[in-house]
Amino acid sequence: MDTTILLFLIQDGVTNGAIYALLGLALVLVFAVTRVILVSQGEFVTYGAMTLAVLDAGRLPGTAGLLLLFAGMALCVEAWSNRRNLSLRIVIKLALLYIVLPVGIVAIAAWLAPMRLGPIPQALIAIGIVAPMGPYLYRIAFQPLSEASVLVLLIAAVGTHFSMTGLALLFFGPEGLRAQPLSTASFSLGPLPVSGQSIAIYATAVLLMIALYLFFDRTILGKALRATAVNRLGARLVGIRTALSGQIAFVIAASIGALSGVLIAPVTTVFYDSGFLIGLKGFVAAIVGGLVSYPLAAAAAVLVGIVEAFASFWASSFKEVIVFLIIIPVLIVRSLLSGHVEEDE
Amino acid sequence: MSTTSSRVATLILVAVGAVLPLVPGMPVFWITLINNIGLGALVAIGLVVLTGVGGLTSFGQAAFVGFGAFTSAVLTTKFGWSPWATLPVALVITGLGAFLLGLVTMRLSGHYLPLGTIAWGLSLYFLFGELQLFNRHDGINAIPPFNVAGYDLFDSRGIFYVIWGCVALAVVATRNLLDSRTGRAIRALRGGGVAAEAFGVSTMKVKLIVFVYAALLASVAGWLYAHMQRAVNQTPFGINAGIEYLLMAVLGGAGQVWGALLGSALVTILKDQLQRILPALFGARGNYELIVFGALLVVLLQTAREGLWPRLAALMPTRPSPPPPPEAPPLAMREMPAAGEPLLSLRAARKEFGGLVAVNDVSFDVKAGEIVGLIGPNGAGKSTTFNLVTGVLPLTRGDVVFRGNSIGSLTPQAIARQGIARTFQHVHVHPAMTVIENVALGAHLRGSKGALASLLRLDRGEEGQLLHEAARQIQRVGLGGEMHKLAGSLALGQLRIVEIARALCLNPVLLLLDEPAAGLRHKEKQDLAQLLRRLKGEGVTILLVEHDMSFVMGLTDHIVVVDFGTKIAEGPPKEIVKTPAVIEAYLGGPA
Repeated sequence: MDTTILLFLIQDGVTNGAIYALLGLALVLVFAVTRVILVSQGEFVTYGAMTLAVLDAGRLPGTAGLLLLFAGMALCVEAWSNRRNLSLRIVIKLALLYIVLPVGIVAIAAWLAPMRLGPIPQALIAIGIVAPMGPYLYRIAFQPLSEASVLVLLIAAVGTHFSMTGLALLFFGPEGLRAQPLSTASFSLGPLPVSGQSIAIYATAVLLMIALYLFFDRTILGKALRATAVNRLGARLVGIRTALSGQIAFVIAASIGALSGVLIAPVTTVFYDSGFLIGLKGFVAAIVGGLVSYPLAAAAAVLVGIVEAFASFWASSFKEVIVFLIIIPVLIVRSLLSGHVEEDE
Repeated sequence: MSTTSSRVATLILVAVGAVLPLVPGMPVFWITLINNIGLGALVAIGLVVLTGVGGLTSFGQAAFVGFGAFTSAVLTTKFGWSPWATLPVALVITGLGAFLLGLVTMRLSGHYLPLGTIAWGLSLYFLFGELQLFNRHDGINAIPPFNVAGYDLFDSRGIFYVIWGCVALAVVATRNLLDSRTGRAIRALRGGGVAAEAFGVSTMKVKLIVFVYAALLASVAGWLYAHMQRAVNQTPFGINAGIEYLLMAVLGGAGQVWGALLGSALVTILKDQLQRILPALFGARGNYELIVFGALLVVLLQTAREGLWPRLAALMPTRPSPPPPPEAPPLAMREMPAAGEPLLSLRAARKEFGGLVAVNDVSFDVKAGEIVGLIGPNGAGKSTTFNLVTGVLPLTRGDVVFRGNSIGSLTPQAIARQGIARTFQHVHVHPAMTVIENVALGAHLRGSKGALASLLRLDRGEEGQLLHEAARQIQRVGLGGEMHKLAGSLALGQLRIVEIARALCLNPVLLLLDEPAAGLRHKEKQDLAQLLRRLKGEGVTILLVEHDMSFVMGLTDHIVVVDFGTKIAEGPPKEIVKTPAVIEAYLGGPA
């Protein structure tokens, strides 16, 4: 192996690693605030990527229908749980959140889609369609379980993964899709060709991390989310609405998922079930960070990307086997560190 | 349902099953469907024990089905073995694989465990698709069918009997396993297994037993599948299949063997129907049933977390309370030390949590035959001291000596073996087990029959002795009327007494009671005091933490007072109440 290949593998690994890092951050965030291990995070990646690819073709993507479906179900759940105090105020609030917002987004997307506005506006439309699904999903699946154990929430998350994969198949079909790159620029760094797309990925990852840092460190909302993460009951006692915190965490997670999807859509062909494996790799990173540490998760994500790049060079068919087996020693260390006296959750 | 009528029901069930495939006009695809239900049920029964009873969630069971299927496929096609002969090999290979995976993953706690199973489940799935031995993605074809007396079982009707014979055996064996000494230990794994460890159960060993058992059932399903389908590739052994098996177990009712059958039937039939209807509805081929299955799992968790079987069972006539277990020869008793002999000594025992010193170089002695009270204000370190003596927490420094030997570095199981039994301040009683099952866990170390003996029902003599002993201790603490009630239905005060009965089942030399009288009424406190005096008369030494001063004063021979982790006084009760330091700690100093 010469230096060029080495550098190339590292570059490839870092590019993938940056995506895993974004997903890892979202997973850590969702787990910290809601205790949900969001196995279905990867589906937001799929949705984002496929939405962009269809928008490229100038058509309205299937996720528009999905958004309406999610909103409709969330509306039913919300209306049912409010059935005893349906005041005018609540009806208006529900109508705005679950009817006006999604229908508005779909209408705008339908209006803009045939115009083919170019990669970046289309990417924004894609994220705009997918992001609201996060809080709707939380409302439907997880908010009713918010007092359940981590284990129950995990099984529910696996259930949502199942459903969302099937829905992706229904709305996008079994063929893989690929989008046009955000940037076609390319230049060389020494012997190494660097594509504009990978620069876009690095830049987005770094910017997003800074934005998240500022959000959690400087804003009241961010601090409220952190407070919910530390102590749900305590947060409620000081007036933080933990259900709202959960919805915000899910909006961030879905946005990050969709963004990751938009970033990878031009580099890989995405199928209806591709998101799961991508999400799980972000997950390996999140777990290395113990589901609590953002910097550790980000560093681990880059490591996972590099391991994957080298594994696919030396033993390409065993790539996935290797990537998923590195999680096991990490899990062992984690659970040894967390102590052996275990109380009911 | 009485035993005879349930036996009749079982016989009818078996008879119906036996003639089912012979009914004229029965469509073959129905039989195939019923066969698939049987295969799913085998895996789901394993998950019932692992997840429903033991509380260990696995998404990776499909990989063990793959172990069984591929082992038999390779041995029959490449080495010409008979399908019957491959079963032991499949079981050994799966057992070994599960043992190694279990050694690693069963150490994982909480939600790390299911995540670990997803990780190796995926890895094994990809591995199955890459191995040359398994013809990579193409898989192995032309696997021979089962052969009985020269007849090949090509059609569904023939293999029906093989599959359902295996299911019947699995049901019987699993029910035997759960209704035994090992079964109680498996149930006690839930909630972290603190109580199980305190009564000498090695939770790691029990976890491994359940994990391997569940894997073996899955492997049998795989072995059957290989010779039913007569072709195997990696597809049915992925993480999606693993999730489906878990769905079966959760849907049926994760703690019930019959629930596994119900769950498998519902999921298999639903899947078959959905695979017919949905593609027609959506006008394209694809596994759309995922949408429904995922939603079903979420709805179930939101509305019926215990599954459907308990709801069905509630419709059946309730069983009358069984009589107490019959008389059985008494278990061997421990030799009690002579009264006055030094029994337990804490020597400068110290426990730090980070910067906080919870127990600050505390030393005191307990002599055999005494009742010693450990008192102090809230947060004084009394329960931490108990945890140090029983090995639940490791000492930071110092030592604990019991009958002349250091026990400071022993595990809770090893300490239980020495004859130290305890109760907990926050009760650790399994709410879904009956009182007698909870109490019998205390006698775990006085039995020796393992999982294999209970599977084969070779443990009945010993089991009778253990249950009789448990019943005796329950009568003794005055809870005879509650023996067969679920522990979850008792009041907190009663649960503390259940814990005492469980501790007595260990036949302890030293009994550690953490606030036994909390939540009891006056009369109950008097009964408890009387019981403790009687135990003292039998040579049992008692160390107790208690806040009710009149209870402690009237009962104890010796009192140790701690405050902020430090011992501030020690002596007979009459002197202790006059000690200025004690009065200050309890009532505040003179202004």
